[in-house]
Amino acid sequence: MTLFFAILLGTFFGFALHRAGASHPDNILRMLTFRDPYLAKAIFFAIGLTTLFAWAAVPLGVLDPGHFSVKATHLGVLVGGLVFGLGFALAGYCPGTALAALGRGRRDAVGFIVGGLVGAFAYMLAHESIVASGLLEHWDIGKITLAETGSSYEALAGAWLMSIAGLALIVVAVLLPRREPL
Amino acid sequence: MTNTFPDWVRGGAWLAAAFIAALLLVKPIGVSTQYVIADGIAWSQFDDGLVTATEDGYTSSNPYLAKSGGKYAKAIANPLSYGLLFVLAIPFGAFLSRRLLPTTARNADEESGCLPQSAMDAGFDTSRRALMVFGGGFLTLFGARLAGGCTSGHMMSGISQTSISGYLFAAGVFATAVPLSMWLYRRRGVTHATPGSALKGGAA
Repeated sequence: MTLFFAILLGTFFGFALHRAGASHPDNILRMLTFRDPYLAKAIFFAIGLTTLFAWAAVPLGVLDPGHFSVKATHLGVLVGGLVFGLGFALAGYCPGTALAALGRGRRDAVGFIVGGLVGAFAYMLAHESIVASGLLEHWDIGKITLAETGSSYEALAGAWLMSIAGLALIVVAVLLPRREPL
Repeated sequence: MTNTFPDWVRGGAWLAAAFIAALLLVKPIGVSTQYVIADGIAWSQFDDGLVTATEDGYTSSNPYLAKSGGKYAKAIANPLSYGLLFVLAIPFGAFLSRRLLPTTARNADEESGCLPQSAMDAGFDTSRRALMVFGGGFLTLFGARLAGGCTSGHMMSGISQTSISGYLFAAGVFATAVPLSMWLYRRRGVTHATPGSALKGGAA
């Protein structure tokens, strides 16, 4: 049953990435260069909606809080993000959108995916030395959220903050100025 | 079809629906781990000692694959896992979405070559683009593994659970992605005055 869900949800995610235009590197590059904030508005809106859903669905008994999965916070998250950003700007792809781009027939996605497999392999080999360097221990505050999610993760504030966070993201999505591509 | 809602509302609603469906049925969406699993599956074809069964699961001769109680080693030993099938289905979903577009929208979505308009405007040719996507893939996945997740896992799934790691990752990504893309994709020389035809927010 889980494997059936894997295929169903993966297909739906690929479908949604394409419909949202996230599998088009131009949309990503126009967002990063502020030429057209379309994709930023779509993503802020999507995260805002998902946050509001997650906030409301647990008390309503619709969502099993055991489904939440929060990642650990440490300095490696920031440094990894900085490295990720360089690759994101070079290619206009991220690991998921390149797979969607492949499905819609973009040949440059193949180069990204091969580069990604090599990059992941390089990390596998480097992991031990990175751990030894202590990078992953700095700022290590564990798996922690801003607002109470109803699951076992440590939180800084009550669940009410989740509704504010969700609404704030939607407000940002609405306010980001829309410009036609130049 | 008339569009009652702006394109970004429709695009965002598609993405939110996918994230909510995954959260409801199984767990938050994540992608980048599966690049490691795919590498591990390939590697284990050449090295029988890479992944080995233990009394209560699996372990690996590679410290990264052995971490978290051999979770990755297990997924390599049993390739029919949720995570890998999910990721392998993504291209199929995008293919399906494109096929199901009305003809006019599908034709407008034709852009299937190697060079995005932004790369053309910046004066890059196909071979430069090939290097850039390869290097981009390398850095993106190396960074994602260092951070423990990518756009899906950290930014979208993470921030929607108000995870501190999600905000921190997003801050890191945009701190380098914005200045680098502004510099790389500044317009040089001749520009092609074609309007942005890339799909936005579903069927036009």
